[in-house]
Formats: sequence, structure tokens, C-alpha cells
Amino acid sequence: MAAAGNSGGLASRIDRNGAMALADAQHIDDTAGSVFEATAGDYIALLKPRVMSLVVFTAFVGLAIAPEWPNPFIAVISILAIAVGAGASGALNMWYDADIDRVMARTAGRPIPAGRMGATDALAFGLVLSVFSVVTLGLVANWLAAAMLAFTIFFYAVVYTMWLKRSTPQNIVIGGAAGAFPPMIGWTAATGTIGLESVILFLVIFLWTPPHFWALALFSQTDYGKAGIPMLPNVSGEAATRRQIFAYALLVAVAGVLPWALGFSSIVYGAAASVLGIGFVWYAYRVLTTVDTRPAKALFGYSLLYLFAVFALVLADSIVLRSIA
Amino acid sequence: MKPADQDFVDLTDAQKKARRSRSIALGLALAALVVIFYVTTLVKFGPSILDRSF
Repeated sequence: MAAAGNSGGLASRIDRNGAMALADAQHIDDTAGSVFEATAGDYIALLKPRVMSLVVFTAFVGLAIAPEWPNPFIAVISILAIAVGAGASGALNMWYDADIDRVMARTAGRPIPAGRMGATDALAFGLVLSVFSVVTLGLVANWLAAAMLAFTIFFYAVVYTMWLKRSTPQNIVIGGAAGAFPPMIGWTAATGTIGLESVILFLVIFLWTPPHFWALALFSQTDYGKAGIPMLPNVSGEAATRRQIFAYALLVAVAGVLPWALGFSSIVYGAAASVLGIGFVWYAYRVLTTVDTRPAKALFGYSLLYLFAVFALVLADSIVLRSIA
Repeated sequence: MKPADQDFVDLTDAQKKARRSRSIALGLALAALVVIFYVTTLVKFGPSILDRSF
């Protein structure tokens, strides 16, 4: 523990000239009581870089398919602000969830439960980044996009983390909206409006989130159970979870082809999205019919590939259609 | 003046290294913010930024 490593030097320290050696000494606040060893890398870990990479990609797709393109520099900074906002909500999540992160093997190595960082440091970091990211997006792009980013941070940190996560097995169904907003924010940063195309992208991620996380929960439910998080397999049982995963997989497959069905994308996209959607349903069907954790792991992996592929196809299709027009 | 009612502590090498890492990251972040807002101002104003009355 970082705090324990300091206990031996916790005494008044005066140098030979009688002056406090401020350069080499760290003031200990009674309320803090500890000096931590958090590096810059630990602060970056608070931002959940893997989630951020998905946010960057989906926000970029939302911005790139918009009918109006902003200046490239404005576009890059807008995506950066959205990513930092998402990271800030991750830091607030780690601050609030430090108690349950400590219990789960998957999260026990995070900076706060591992003892490398104080919880209040993570809270301050999350709040400062939240304000900076929202204000930056407002000044650089527009205030509608900034308001949507602020709402997303609030939704993830307060509605999902503080309220839903520990109280209902539908936590990720509703909370999944937070992860679905980035492409809408990207679109709004470019246009200043909310378009139906971006709402469809929101819908794809929103419907994708439950089967993705329930597949994870099927092979990590012991961890969630230890932490007291009411994930669907722990509350309603595995059979009910498998049925719900399959139902949502059908909805995801339909949502995936909506950009073509509503005329935003070409038939080529429609065909590719259909194949990917059938694959999603197939993996979910294997989860439904096989009492084993292997199909759940396979679905978890495929769901990541599916989301990346659908968004990459939307982007590629949009670029091709623009170049033809 | 020495603040007699305050406790001080020697940082371990790991803590000094961590503090240096945080300081460098903070410095880089602040420098990046300066560049971002400077370039954003130029981009937002466009060529009209050179239209000044003397």
C-alpha cells in the first residue's frame, strides 16, 4: 500500500538551517493523511482508455457522416473533447465504485482499489476534466453538442453509476444510453443539430450494449455476485439472461440495417450489415441453446467486432456515396 | 517562520518519481490547451483576424 510506505517519515521535519525543506517534503493534510504513488499513467487509467477508443471511433463516425464538415482542426479538437468527457465520466465512475472495484478480480488492480491513488484525487480529476471538456466543446464546436456531452457525463456518473448499477438488473439497459451518445454528439458538433442518421447510430449502440454486457456477466457473474451488483444472471438466472440476449440480438440485427432501410446508406451496406446481424443472432442463438460459458465468451468477442464493423461500414459507405455524388 | 503545528514527510523515491511524472503530464496538458485555444481562435476568425484598424 502506498500510504503504508510513508508512515515512517510522518514526523515534523526541519532542516539544519531551521527552515522547512519545502522542496523535498510533502505537506500532509489531516483530512488526507496519505501520500500516494499515482503516476500520470494511473490518471490515464482512470479515463478507461479502451472505452475511450470506442468513443473516439463512434464519435468520429457520427461527425464524418454529417452533411456539413467542420474545419479539420475543429473536428479533431471536438473528438478530443468528447473523448476527454467520456474519460472524465470513467474517472467519476472509478471514484464512486472504488468499494466494489476492490472486491472484483477484474477491477481490483485499478488505481484507487490498488492503493496508488486517493478517491478524492480521482473525484477532483473527473470533475475538472468534465468541466474542461464540456466548455472546450462548447467554445470550439457549439453549445448544443456541449450540452449533450454534459448530459452524457451526468447520465453515466450519476444515473448509471450512482443509481442504476447497484439497484436494478436493468442497469445496463438504461445506462447503455451513455455509451450510445458519442456518435450523436459527433454529428451535432459538426452540424449544430440532431439528425435522424445519428439517432440510428445511437440506437445501434443502445441495443448492442445489453447483449454485450450480459454475455460478459454470464462468464463473470461470480465477480459481480461478490460485489453485490444485481446483474441479470445473478437476479433472474442464466436461462432468462440467455433469452434476453437472444431477443436483443434480433433487435440489434434489425437496427444495424436501418441506415439502408431508411435510405441513408447503400444496398452494399445493407447487405453487409445483414450478414453481420445474422452472425450476431447466430452467436446469440448458441448462447441460448448451450449451457456453457464458451458461447458467451464467443458472443462477447463477436459483439465487439460487430460494432466496429457496422460503424466502419457506415463510414466507408458515406465516403463512397459522397465521392459518387 | 516555521509552522510548528504542521507535519511534513519525506517522499519515498517512488513518490518523487510519481510526482515528477504527474508534473510533466500536467505541464504538457497545459501547453496543449494553450496551443488548442490559440489555433482555434485563428481558425474561428479566419482571414478576418488580420483586419485590424490601427
